[in-house]
Amino acid sequence: MSTALDDPRIVEFDVRTDEMLVNMGPQHPSTHGVLRLVLRTDGEIVSQVEPHIGYLHRCAEKIGENLTPRQWIPYTDRMDYLAAMSMNLGWALVVEKLLNHQISDKARHLRVIIAEMQRIASHLVGMGAYGLDLGTFSPFLYAFRERERILDLFEEACGARLTYSYLTPGGATADLPPGWLQKCSAFLDQFEPIIQEYHTLLTSNAIFIKRTAGIGLLSPEMALDYGCTGPVLRGSGVDYDLRRDGEERYTEMYDGYAFEVICERNGHYPKDHDYPPVPKEAILGDCWHRFYVRMLEVVQSVDIVRQAIERYSTATGNWGEPIKLTQKLPKGEAYMETECPRGQMGFYLISDGSSIPWRVRARSSSFCNLSVTHELCRGCLIADVPAIVGSLDIVMGEIDR
Amino acid sequence: MAGQNLLDRLKAKFGTKISGSNVQAIDPWIEVTPAGLVEVCQYLKTDPDLQFNLLNCITAVDYFEADPKKAAKAGFEPHLELVYHVSSVTKKHSLVLKVMLPRWKNDQPGELPEVPTVTGVWRTADWHEREVFDLSGVNFIGHPRLNRILCPEDWEGYPLRKDYEMPLEYHGMRGR
Repeated sequence: MSTALDDPRIVEFDVRTDEMLVNMGPQHPSTHGVLRLVLRTDGEIVSQVEPHIGYLHRCAEKIGENLTPRQWIPYTDRMDYLAAMSMNLGWALVVEKLLNHQISDKARHLRVIIAEMQRIASHLVGMGAYGLDLGTFSPFLYAFRERERILDLFEEACGARLTYSYLTPGGATADLPPGWLQKCSAFLDQFEPIIQEYHTLLTSNAIFIKRTAGIGLLSPEMALDYGCTGPVLRGSGVDYDLRRDGEERYTEMYDGYAFEVICERNGHYPKDHDYPPVPKEAILGDCWHRFYVRMLEVVQSVDIVRQAIERYSTATGNWGEPIKLTQKLPKGEAYMETECPRGQMGFYLISDGSSIPWRVRARSSSFCNLSVTHELCRGCLIADVPAIVGSLDIVMGEIDR
Repeated sequence: MAGQNLLDRLKAKFGTKISGSNVQAIDPWIEVTPAGLVEVCQYLKTDPDLQFNLLNCITAVDYFEADPKKAAKAGFEPHLELVYHVSSVTKKHSLVLKVMLPRWKNDQPGELPEVPTVTGVWRTADWHEREVFDLSGVNFIGHPRLNRILCPEDWEGYPLRKDYEMPLEYHGMRGR
């Protein structure tokens, strides 16, 4: 036997009768849209995962080469349709960067209110859908109950419930209606205690911990190597948030706001609120930590919105008239990333001096976050694949653009 | 460290492989030759002062004007530009690298221009380069699996090229 193995010409053939290709999606409910995963399985163990994307490709970048920046805003809505306001904001900021346009203080605080409310709404869907992935239905209903109220507030501000086109280069399409701030504060007061319910349902639920703790470990080095950003990166313990570390044009929006980047430092998460303890099974960088970071960001966003409401009501200036529909763009190019609920969303705008961009590019956060799946799923159980993909919280509209 | 300082440092180290720059632009950029790209990227990532550990984005921009009247005023020769946006999570700075390529290799339409892959430096480049190949038609030499990512496998043409024309039909569906 040993002599045969020493001979390099003899190859030991292993007929792998157990190996099977399993096709998950594109209509699978836990793939968050139209994602197709091809799993190579050996019994219950997944040896290889290959994501197939592009089912929702709508040529947004090509369309952007034929429209003025303001006309392209509705197309940004349809990228990350669960956080359309954040997409609007990213695009508005990059156009303003190219035009070197400064917005008033009032518009700045309005944007903070809207962007952070959107973050809450988006993380609520992320949380609810993650519960669905793991086989529990009730957190989804709880999450949508509260999200509905945020959508009602957005509807009152801009008339739309999902694709807002509200934040535009120059400011916003309209000011917040009278009485909106009171309604918003009332919502926050009512919402904050409810977060405890979510923690009972999921974060500290024994079954949930068993399904997520220690699953899908992502080291900080691998997260950076694959370009993972947002809660996925912070769930691995990397202290990086564009709201604090980003470009000046973006961070000045959050100037003077008191907030701490949610991430584990020296074995501890921020302790400014009464958060549930980290279970001993959880390892930094697993699905549970990614989920936990999102839950903590919800609480933090509530704090930021409260501060923003206060500042907005005393701020001077106009809420910011949008730029002209056919505003001429200076020749040049600008790139900018913003911290969206799912990670760093970047927009790149190149202009040849006319009012229509020469080229637009959207750098999608979910696209990069998804690209790490095959590393996370290698060697896991089939039942853990939805848990891992769900913990990345992807939106296909943004991946395929 | 950004702009002029970084440029001087890279020029001193790589000489002619740094073929151009614009530090006055809104986002200062540095142009690298295709041959020196991987070497420069490796240096940018590993140097303790720079630590560009995050590749944000790879974009291909097609500079081509079909209308001869407009082309005379456009102010550029037809070419393809690859733009790499990189940043550092630890040092909190960012940089733009550009690589200029011909629109077609040896001016033969259909022959894709070539550039070495940077997947060995940042693994996120894998999917970004596949996307650029898919939509803009650039051949990344050494890429582990360069095939279409957003368009179907049997799609023809590169949609983000300026002279792209929609196919008349695709599997019995009318294109235009």
